[in-house]
Amino acid sequence: MIPLSWYLILAAALFSIGLFGVLVRRNAVAILLGVELMLNAVNINLVSFWRYADVSAMTGQVFAIIVFAVAAAEVSVGLALVISVYRSRNTVIANDLNLMKW
Amino acid sequence: MTAEQIIFLIVALFTLGSALMVVTTGNLVHAALWLVSTLFGVAVIYALLNAGFIAVVQVVVYIGAIAILFIFAVMLTRKDLRDQGPQMNSNWWLGAILAVLVFAGLAFMLQGWSGFSKTAAVLPSGFDAVGLLGEQLTSPNAYVLPFEVASVLLLAALVGAVYVAFNKK
Repeated sequence: MIPLSWYLILAAALFSIGLFGVLVRRNAVAILLGVELMLNAVNINLVSFWRYADVSAMTGQVFAIIVFAVAAAEVSVGLALVISVYRSRNTVIANDLNLMKW
Repeated sequence: MTAEQIIFLIVALFTLGSALMVVTTGNLVHAALWLVSTLFGVAVIYALLNAGFIAVVQVVVYIGAIAILFIFAVMLTRKDLRDQGPQMNSNWWLGAILAVLVFAGLAFMLQGWSGFSKTAAVLPSGFDAVGLLGEQLTSPNAYVLPFEVASVLLLAALVGAVYVAFNKK
């Protein structure tokens, strides 16, 4: 059997990779790709805690479903914002979007 | 080492390698396609955890909808992809150090936890995870309120996305 630690370490590594993507990418769409990786890492944790605790309590799976819904909402609004910004400013580089920066 | 552990290691390496390609590759269309393979690896991880329904939802919602949405967005903002400039910040090493520190901190904290190397109990025979999940999602004594809030959130996101991206001329 696979110990719980393997899943938790995998999720921690995936989260860190996503964090790296969010921090270093310049393109706004690539930043959202990093956010998706982080949400997936959280979901691995939720589902593995469901499996390794009491399986008749479905809390982990229920919250994984809620995270799916939140991820879909986040990515649809985020990409709509990116497309809207691209239309008005003609760039999706996060560094160049400094209109409200003092 | 059992067969299950070998499968887990192969899938985990595949997932982490694809995730690294997502954050480092220069071409954004390739990054979106690497995201698809990462999401598929995560779906296999769910299947290894006996969460079949979550694995199917992962393929349908994440790969079928979210990844395709990303590819659409990349193509709609295509003009920037052709520039030869760097895809990363000038101080990317700071982000790399921070990510490694976060991973080390998480691993250190998890190692001190008593349930860290717990093994899974065998599933009871005739255990119906999907039926139980459906009951819990619609039962007033369980999670019907978060479920309804999530559906309202999706509706709001749908209206908001159409409003924000709509071309007003």
